[in-house]
Amino acid sequence: MGAAISVQGVSKRFALAHERYPSLKERLIHFGRAPSEEFWALRDIDLEVPTGETVGLLGHNGSGKSTLLKCIAGILRPTTGTISTSGRVAALLELGAGFQAELTGRENVFLNGAILGMSKRELARRFDEIVAFSELDQFIDTQVRFYSSGMYVRLGFAIAVNVDPDILLVDEVLAVGDEAFQRKCLDRVEQFQQEGRTIVVVTHAPDLVRRICQSAAVLDHGNLVASGDPKEAVQVFREHLRLTPPRPRPGEPPAVDDRVRVAAVHLRHPGLPEREYLEPGEPLTVQVQFDVDAPVDDPVFTLMIYDAEGRMLHGSSTASEDLETGHFEDSGSVEFAFDEIPLLDGEYAITVCITSSDSAYIYDWQEQRYHFEVRDPGRSFGSVEFPVQVTIDRSASADGSAPR
Amino acid sequence: MTSPVSHLPTRLSTAHVGLGERIADIWRSRELLVAFTRTELKVKYKNSVLGFMWSMLNPALYLIVFYIVFQLILGSGIPNFPIFLLSGLLVWNLFAAGLGGATKSVVGNAGLVRKVSFSREILPLASVGGALVHFFLQGIVLVGALAIFRYDVAFSYLPLLPVALVALLMFTAAVGVLAAAMNVRMRDVEHFVELALLAWFWLTPIVYPFMLVAGQFSTVGRILYQLNPVTWIVLTFQRTLYAQVEATDTAGNVTRILPPDADQWWYLWHLGVVIAASAVLFLVALAFFGRVEGDFAEEL
Repeated sequence: MGAAISVQGVSKRFALAHERYPSLKERLIHFGRAPSEEFWALRDIDLEVPTGETVGLLGHNGSGKSTLLKCIAGILRPTTGTISTSGRVAALLELGAGFQAELTGRENVFLNGAILGMSKRELARRFDEIVAFSELDQFIDTQVRFYSSGMYVRLGFAIAVNVDPDILLVDEVLAVGDEAFQRKCLDRVEQFQQEGRTIVVVTHAPDLVRRICQSAAVLDHGNLVASGDPKEAVQVFREHLRLTPPRPRPGEPPAVDDRVRVAAVHLRHPGLPEREYLEPGEPLTVQVQFDVDAPVDDPVFTLMIYDAEGRMLHGSSTASEDLETGHFEDSGSVEFAFDEIPLLDGEYAITVCITSSDSAYIYDWQEQRYHFEVRDPGRSFGSVEFPVQVTIDRSASADGSAPR
Repeated sequence: MTSPVSHLPTRLSTAHVGLGERIADIWRSRELLVAFTRTELKVKYKNSVLGFMWSMLNPALYLIVFYIVFQLILGSGIPNFPIFLLSGLLVWNLFAAGLGGATKSVVGNAGLVRKVSFSREILPLASVGGALVHFFLQGIVLVGALAIFRYDVAFSYLPLLPVALVALLMFTAAVGVLAAAMNVRMRDVEHFVELALLAWFWLTPIVYPFMLVAGQFSTVGRILYQLNPVTWIVLTFQRTLYAQVEATDTAGNVTRILPPDADQWWYLWHLGVVIAASAVLFLVALAFFGRVEGDFAEEL
């Protein structure tokens, strides 16, 4: 199998919006001067996506991940470099983009389908399926301006997935709609995966990447900083995020802020030091020691527990517990004490991070650096220990005469 | 999926796309062109009771106003003035509506351009397509007028009308594509086009006869006046449908209306020049559109 998407040496340059002169008058006034300041949204990106693989593009706002997706989709053209895609590409950047409010749902299905590259015949064939998927049969002849935003999105998604793409590009649109519909969308994505279609998901939700992607790429300031195994990519993403907090506007250098750093993390549980592992239901205390370089007010300490598949099982923070941490000048420590860990067999990872109270800065982020193990002496299975009593009542059997 | 990748169509996206490829893309998107044109028409008259009747009422109203002003008040001396006016107005309305719509088409569909990949040239072309449909609707008004007045059209010139229509569509599309692309960077363009169309209307012999101007200016002025491609299309329509080269009133005064001694070949020759020039302009417009199109999604 070859590459479904091949990105070779792609760069994308933009003129910064505030430096442009959108009207003729301003252009005349500024005539002769450099009309715009350059900004490279993407720099020399090389990426190959094998056919049938699901890839996550990770990055914070302004990292260029959406620009890259738009270039792959053909919405933007790269300034330099080449992108080749094989097969029909469908981009879910905004569900229902291009819907005409004045037209009915039915008319919009045909219009939107045509925009997405389907022939009239194809559309006629799939029309019933689209309507069924959107669950809008009652409203299909209503003008879409009367649709709720949920209905809008449902119809948009129904059309997009029925375009029958070889390559599906998704930009965080899965985060819309009610839970049932989200479930449906994810099911559809899984179905696409099983059918061997290529999927690219742009997101800043590492959980999603770990759950559905076979590989991941991390973008930072338009540079590709990691690509490959999703777990490693997520780690790089988190660590990069620490160094590059949200910038006021693209183009400015990031304000690195690591005035608070995790100095050490200690795990305590009753098994130590004789045994390295916990037994289900035993308490666990995580102590986070930190150093402070410059005075800081109300830093937020967060702790997250993941299972081996990378699913987050638990997250809590000083903010979620409504604790004001106060002023720190030197160092200190925070303790997360769990009365019991209701987990069964498995290796579990702990992420520790320190952020500013307004979430604008990430002081330190240690992605799944710490681990603990649970060994279940009993014989129940799964990963969560639910207190359970199993009893048998023989007198209640159906015919009243239990065989001997 | 066992089908090898090589069977799937491969698309390359680079900074520049050749003109031939662009034209091929437009041709492949012809179904989309029809869909957009239909949408434009549907949206325009959705929720209106009279719907397409409005398209026909527009020239009818123009007719009444210009008839009162030019025939009754100013006394132009053109017999059957309504037919004369409608012949030119039909052409003008296609051009003005097509160019005006095309100019705003890309900016007006910003939501779509930002989020979906398709041949964006389709947007201005669909505006011209929409104007073409209105042209035929308004043509019904003209044909109705011809029938009511039992007017004699110049049947020997009739085959020129499709040629003139092609010339008109090509010229409108060329200017429209160019203006649509320019309007993305400079929104002044749509205001400029609006004003330019106003001036352009009076620089085209629609409400007054061509011959009135032809004898007025110096050679240079006349050449400049005749550089307007719309003039030749309007003249062809007038020659075919209005069909009176000159008129003599009861006092024996002769009003010269259309170029004398101009046969079909004369018109065909001029239309040919317009078509050739429009084709070149259309290619230039496509090339320019293609150069800036890659950044539309960010600039809107």
